[in-house]
Amino acid sequence: MLHIKCPHCGMRSQNEFSYGGDATIKRPELNKEISDQDWDNFVYNRKSLRGKHFELWQHLSGCRQWIKVERDTATHEIFKILKANEDI
Amino acid sequence: MQKYSIFNLIKNAFSNHQNWDLAWKDPTPKKEYDVVIIGGGGHGLATAYYLAKEHNITNVAIIEKGWIGGGNVGRNTTIIRSNYMHDDNALFSEFGMDLWRRMSQDLNYNVMFSPRGIINLAHSDAQMNVYARRGNSMRLNGIDAVLLNREQVKEIIPMADFSENVRFPIFGGLMQPSAGTARHDAVAWGYARQADSMGVDIIQNCEVTGFDVSSGKINGVRTSRGDIKVKKIGLCVAGSTNILAEKLNMTIPVETHLLQACVSEPVKPVLDRVVTFGAGHFYISQSDKGEMVMGGDLDGYNSYAQRGNLPTLQHVLTEGIAMMPFLSKLKMLRTWGGIMDMSMDGSPIIDKTHIEGLYLNCGWCYGGFKATPASGWTFAHTIAQDRVHKLNEGYSLNRFNTGHLLDEKGLGTKTWIS
Repeated sequence: MLHIKCPHCGMRSQNEFSYGGDATIKRPELNKEISDQDWDNFVYNRKSLRGKHFELWQHLSGCRQWIKVERDTATHEIFKILKANEDI
Repeated sequence: MQKYSIFNLIKNAFSNHQNWDLAWKDPTPKKEYDVVIIGGGGHGLATAYYLAKEHNITNVAIIEKGWIGGGNVGRNTTIIRSNYMHDDNALFSEFGMDLWRRMSQDLNYNVMFSPRGIINLAHSDAQMNVYARRGNSMRLNGIDAVLLNREQVKEIIPMADFSENVRFPIFGGLMQPSAGTARHDAVAWGYARQADSMGVDIIQNCEVTGFDVSSGKINGVRTSRGDIKVKKIGLCVAGSTNILAEKLNMTIPVETHLLQACVSEPVKPVLDRVVTFGAGHFYISQSDKGEMVMGGDLDGYNSYAQRGNLPTLQHVLTEGIAMMPFLSKLKMLRTWGGIMDMSMDGSPIIDKTHIEGLYLNCGWCYGGFKATPASGWTFAHTIAQDRVHKLNEGYSLNRFNTGHLLDEKGLGTKTWIS
């Protein structure tokens, strides 16, 4: 089981969290001409590599805050945890 | 090639089965091939087999990092079905069902195909309506489908929970009688043996380290056992698709996730169908050895671990016990995990790419095993003819760009949506 240290609540079990996917994906800016390819990259295309991966988790059964977690996708080792508004 | 038959079995019994030929050779890679298939799993082996058989292309190599059949074809729940509503999925899968029925004869290898039927349970009136619609769509596409009411389901699977005060009462179910299971390893070995006999080189313990691409064309592939010149490459690497796509500077609509399965201790015959729980994600069948074979949801986050985490297993088995309470008495024998190429709409991709000579086969999500023959057949066609077959037109790579998603369940990588 994963143990994730929520920056607001401390160390909690994976059961309290919900997964939100790749945290490095940026939504294309509004009020600008966006190509289909940009939308495609935002909505669907993912790197999903083996190794370090920055991802979003929500502490759903806790403070309900979104956080950013850097985790190894092969070993599940967690390197870094940030609040949602902190830059990677 | 030595034919497998009762006569050969008896003949070899006299020499204590010491003189059987090797099922496939262990060649060293040549400098050049017409086609290289990357990935020696079920789909890769089937692709090589159909390239040789249907298209007469035999100067083919299968490159496998580990050993053949060591990935998802060796670690699934062996379910074979074509109970899809959308035409693209239904026709593709039903074409595959035809290949499954003939496979043991075709490959001269007993794949133990057992068309025992699959029942998807319904737990509300609304779900019965949805199943009626799906069943009708299936029948329009020539696939057998039977809508069962509660009493009919009870007759077939009396061990399910039919008591009154349950959270998810069984209202009925949708059955595809021709669906079933098969011996998963035999599928890989059968395809490998036949492909090898037709001249395909099966190269194991050979890792792809890079690609030789110039002016938008494939010229070769670099491996841990030397460079190979080739004009056409088929990628069939399931959970490793993202890793190889990175080497090709491609970003694809696929994420790599982990899916677990498990078997119980063997028990006497109790369940002679495949059954799925309709109020969650859980599927179960009984193997010939008597083990209850069970599976369910993804672990839910990107993973290459090839081993699962307990919370998901607990969640999945809770569903199982809700459906069939006797499961709580069984001990678990084994659990395992495989890495899945989860596409964003839950449907696969079999297509050409923007690189000339590079063909992509991925995105099989939960349903890679049953698709093995149809995937190999259509992928072989796509590679040999350099154009997609009508059967895999819907499985295009650019459907995400154009909006022609094939959202059978609309799930993809986002398991929590269900």
